Amino acid sequence: MAKTQKLSIWDPALVRAGLVDAVRKLDPRVMVRNPVMFVVEAGAVLTTVLLTSHLVRGGAAIGFELQITLWLWATVLFANLAEAMAEGRGKAQADTLRKTRTETFATRRRADGSTETVAAASLRKDDVVVVGPGEFIPSDGEVIEGVASVDESAITGESAPVIREAGGDRSAVTGGTKVLSDGIVVRVTADPGHTFLDRMISLVEGAERQKTPNEIALNILLAGLTLVFLMAVVTLQPFAIYAGAPQSIFVLVSLLVCLIPTTIGGLLSAIGIAGMDRLIQHNVLAMSGRAVEAAGDVHTLLLDKTGTITLGNRQAAEFIPMPGVTEAVLADAAQLASLADETPEGRSIVVLAKQKYGIRGRDLAAHSAVVVPFTAQTRMSGIDLDGREVRKGAADSVAKYVRASGGTPSADLDAIVQRIARAGGTPLVVAERDRALGVVYLKDVIKGGMRERFAALRAMGIKTVMITGDNPLTAAAIAKEAGVDDFLAEATPEDKMALIKQEQRSGKLVAMTGDGTNDAPALAQADVGVAMNTGTQAAKEAGNMVDLDSNPTKLIEIVEIGKQLLMTRGTLTTFSIANDVAKYFAIIPAMFLLAYPDLGALNIMRLQTPESAILSAVIFNALIIVALVPLALRGVQFTPLSAAALLRRNLLVYGVGGIVAPFVGIKIIDVVITTLGLA
Amino acid sequence: MTLNGWIQILLFLGAVALVTVPFGRFMARVFARERTWLDPVLRPLERLIYRVTRVDESHEMRWTEYGVSMLAFSLVSMLVLYALQRLQGVLPLNPQGLPGVAPDQAFNAAASFTTNTNWQSYSGETTMSYLTQMAGLAYQNFVSAAVGIALAIAFIRGVAARERDTLGNFWVDMTRATLWVLLPVCVAGSLVLVSQGVVQNFKPYDRVQLVDPQTTVTTATSGQTSTTTIREQVIAQGPVASQEIIKQFGTNGGGFFNANSSHPFENPTPLSNFIAMFAIFVISAGLTATLGQMTKSPRHGWAVWGAMAFLFLAGVTTAYWAESAGNPLLAGTDQQVGAMCPGGNMEGKEARFGIANSVLFATITTDASCGAVNSMHDSYTPIGGLVPLVNMMLGEVIFGGVGAGMYGILIFVVLAVFIAGLMVGRTPEYLGKKIEAFDVQMAMLAVLVFPLVILVFTGISVVSPAFGTSSIWNPGPHGLSEILYAYTSGTANNGSAFAGLSANTPWYNVTLATAMLIGRFLIIVPMLALAGNLARKNQVPPSLGTFPVTTPLFATLLVGVIVIVGVLTFFPVLSLGPIVEHFLMRAGTTF
Repeated sequence: MAKTQKLSIWDPALVRAGLVDAVRKLDPRVMVRNPVMFVVEAGAVLTTVLLTSHLVRGGAAIGFELQITLWLWATVLFANLAEAMAEGRGKAQADTLRKTRTETFATRRRADGSTETVAAASLRKDDVVVVGPGEFIPSDGEVIEGVASVDESAITGESAPVIREAGGDRSAVTGGTKVLSDGIVVRVTADPGHTFLDRMISLVEGAERQKTPNEIALNILLAGLTLVFLMAVVTLQPFAIYAGAPQSIFVLVSLLVCLIPTTIGGLLSAIGIAGMDRLIQHNVLAMSGRAVEAAGDVHTLLLDKTGTITLGNRQAAEFIPMPGVTEAVLADAAQLASLADETPEGRSIVVLAKQKYGIRGRDLAAHSAVVVPFTAQTRMSGIDLDGREVRKGAADSVAKYVRASGGTPSADLDAIVQRIARAGGTPLVVAERDRALGVVYLKDVIKGGMRERFAALRAMGIKTVMITGDNPLTAAAIAKEAGVDDFLAEATPEDKMALIKQEQRSGKLVAMTGDGTNDAPALAQADVGVAMNTGTQAAKEAGNMVDLDSNPTKLIEIVEIGKQLLMTRGTLTTFSIANDVAKYFAIIPAMFLLAYPDLGALNIMRLQTPESAILSAVIFNALIIVALVPLALRGVQFTPLSAAALLRRNLLVYGVGGIVAPFVGIKIIDVVITTLGLA
Repeated sequence: MTLNGWIQILLFLGAVALVTVPFGRFMARVFARERTWLDPVLRPLERLIYRVTRVDESHEMRWTEYGVSMLAFSLVSMLVLYALQRLQGVLPLNPQGLPGVAPDQAFNAAASFTTNTNWQSYSGETTMSYLTQMAGLAYQNFVSAAVGIALAIAFIRGVAARERDTLGNFWVDMTRATLWVLLPVCVAGSLVLVSQGVVQNFKPYDRVQLVDPQTTVTTATSGQTSTTTIREQVIAQGPVASQEIIKQFGTNGGGFFNANSSHPFENPTPLSNFIAMFAIFVISAGLTATLGQMTKSPRHGWAVWGAMAFLFLAGVTTAYWAESAGNPLLAGTDQQVGAMCPGGNMEGKEARFGIANSVLFATITTDASCGAVNSMHDSYTPIGGLVPLVNMMLGEVIFGGVGAGMYGILIFVVLAVFIAGLMVGRTPEYLGKKIEAFDVQMAMLAVLVFPLVILVFTGISVVSPAFGTSSIWNPGPHGLSEILYAYTSGTANNGSAFAGLSANTPWYNVTLATAMLIGRFLIIVPMLALAGNLARKNQVPPSLGTFPVTTPLFATLLVGVIVIVGVLTFFPVLSLGPIVEHFLMRAGTTF
């Protein structure tokens, strides 16, 4: 879905729809949820009323008052526009999703086995439906019979079909996806309106958006600052009267609006929506904003070894011959034994032999070949060809085979096997009757770039723990190679759960990914549980995020997005407050120029007239919201650094920058509006 | 500015740095109820107090019980002090036969001494009997300071605790603060002060013949002139030394005499002056080390100390510069430093202290909500007078009042950590405690108190000729500064006066008393709620992703938050007071 929706921030259609929404949001009942912007709107209403009365009764400074009033309204509208545009991006995506939720019919199986056709919308939990090839799966459910290839591109954007079958970890199907071949019987697991697609639509639309804990705390801080400035401005009037220079309401409202943190107040909800949206663009659905924030706080990442840290399969890396056997002979035998082996490990042996010794695959049909398949009893596979008998398999099984053929496995073999195991590899012994030829070194292949990513996580203070079913020796070797901080070997779901609880007891937040039903309790216990979309329904319900791409490595990006969300809020708050310094220097001398001309010394920007000074500050205050919309929607640049380094950088950019920028901006606006003769 | 002056200022700061850790560790031991060398003497006394007052010292209090105990204690103390003042005419130890104090003034003084403010709208020597001074005022000097220390300790416990509901026992903390921290130093300190010439007696006032009689000519409104010749001087006496030391050590600041620490019987020598200044900072500086000790992060204590020291140096430098530069309008007179001339603006300053020790005292006393003065702040240059004003407006957190400075700055620490936490992309944490909505709410409530009280009362006063502006001595911006200073001093529980304002009127007595009560208790209640909430939380272990609160960067951020909040709130009113006065002075106008 997200892959089809890469809209530019200033997409004309989005802006147009946003403008309409921005006006609609002027409703005070909506505005009151944002205390900072509510104060601005109240100020704008106040100046509008006064302006109207001045227009009727005549006034001296109507031009100035009109401009102030217009810019105050613009300030409110710009803030609303930011929020509306953030929502608009989600709405566009929701519309695409809605199209897939077309009205379909379902074949429901009654208790007696007969079937009936009903509307998909009438399906309830525990109904059983039959879905044939070319049909849409009518609702979320679990496959209870059959196997089918399913096109899930409507949800995941991935066009390659996936297999869904009864039992095991690939039994979950999603409403709105399409069966391509074969047929399945599905037990419905969601009532109408509560399907995955429904949830997804409401999530991307932001309809269910609730303020997150940090957002609430920040809102309190902003409301408190607004109150402080309200008192500072309201009490300025008596001081001005004492100084013999009572101020007009227009000037006081202008000062108030410039001082209260409108920049962050106006962008706050847009930042939150955009954060969720960024996750969706990464094809991750967060069930709550709280989960996104928690991702930024994570201390410990639990990563499954297979699929996350290593590629799914082991690969042959080396042929280690026994004394008296050449490597080429071993490679040839190993390839022979693997020719009929369709497992990825087997294929990797064929490939390695070809690459290293140019030994090509032989046509088995041309020889009188008998394939000996792998069985759980023998734990060996191999081939009988032209009188030769080649076997490969686990060390102890092959040793047994050699002994049975009258040979004696040497101590050398044992040494090689031990060495490979210690290095984290899997030894595969190759033998021909009573003679062990050597060992194939099967190795876990670490995904490219993982070491660097773990180093980046470490720099951010996040500990990575590898979870694996391997024995501690192997696990330690792979952990070392991948560069994770810790590992949990021979892990059972219970071990995983215990580890999460132990970390949480010491106050840490834990994130993990999972797909199987036995992962569900741990997914629910973890602070951030990312379920794979290919996983079971139970896993998806237990986690608080779903990764539609089913890519466990994405956990790292989720953490980054969570951090980026908080950082954007923090930096814009700092920027907003730092801006006030320049605004004071613009407005205070302008207010009291007549009563105290000497206060002009504070007019360090040398703004032309009191009116142009005040107007410039108000205009700057309004335009900065628009100027920062892209930053709010995109998020501040994220680099994996320690907290101290990050803070130093952000304080410099947004704190010091926040003090300097308005001095420049207000001066430029002052020059422009005085040149245009507006003030 | 002279080298000698700078050496004295840095000598002072160096002495404070040296005493911080030993005194802070001592306090940490006292409040952890560990053994100290004073135990053999004090422990039996403490037990006796608990037996008589029926206090169970093992009882632990939640923040609500702690707060209610503190409020009840303060209320009773205040009522007793009020009654004592009203009835002093019929009570003993009143050799001057002073009458009972007027109701509004008695209320003001009772609020003032209970809140550790010690704003005095009266002259001690002509208003308060020896009994009131000792059993009322000096007693409050001890217990109001002890209450402050107890509250700071409670807050630190909240930060250091881990999933606990309680903050300690108010009665125990207060008793131990009095017995272990305040009393021993005061006993020793008062003897040192007596050695310098501070008086300690119960004598009636001395009358002495003037060597050089003074003749004054006054002209009545009718045009008649009358001549008075003064041949006799009354020299006030009293138990001064015992009150002087706790006045400084407990950051109370209420002088025995009206002239406060510029009076030669309160502060006779440069050494007594140094002791006075040093005593003001000892407990507050020590509490930063106590914070470090109790939270097991000594470097965090030093970071807080560093932020305070930076703000202290910034203030003293500005004031020293402004006062040494003198008044540009007095170009003809000699304001240069010379062998026989201290140079600069000496109006309202004692010759025995000079510029450096006057501005140093003024900075310290307003940094630390003490309020004792050894020079008249009203007579400072506009910028010189701006420094004490801003020091108080920043929330009395530059070392601050005993205890009050610590819990005051911790509120700013919470805000600084909150903003910093967001900027590094995680839920803000302070020493492992997550700062959440409730914590921010309580911190903001405390921050709101200052602008609310100071700006609203000042605003009403400046536009009310009948009861507000009628009390000011100078017109224009300086008059605004006088009123602003009074309410700032009251709300910040400082108690120093800018002078020039006749504050002994019903309006000022009642509103200033209100400002003092709100400024103390409306900050304490949310502060305790915050502490109680922090205590309940689990501690998140620190990682590289946690913003460290032990670094110079943290100290810088803390300074930034304190200055930004204070300056943004008060810049408009300051620009119409001392700031415009400064520009007008340079342009040739004074008030």
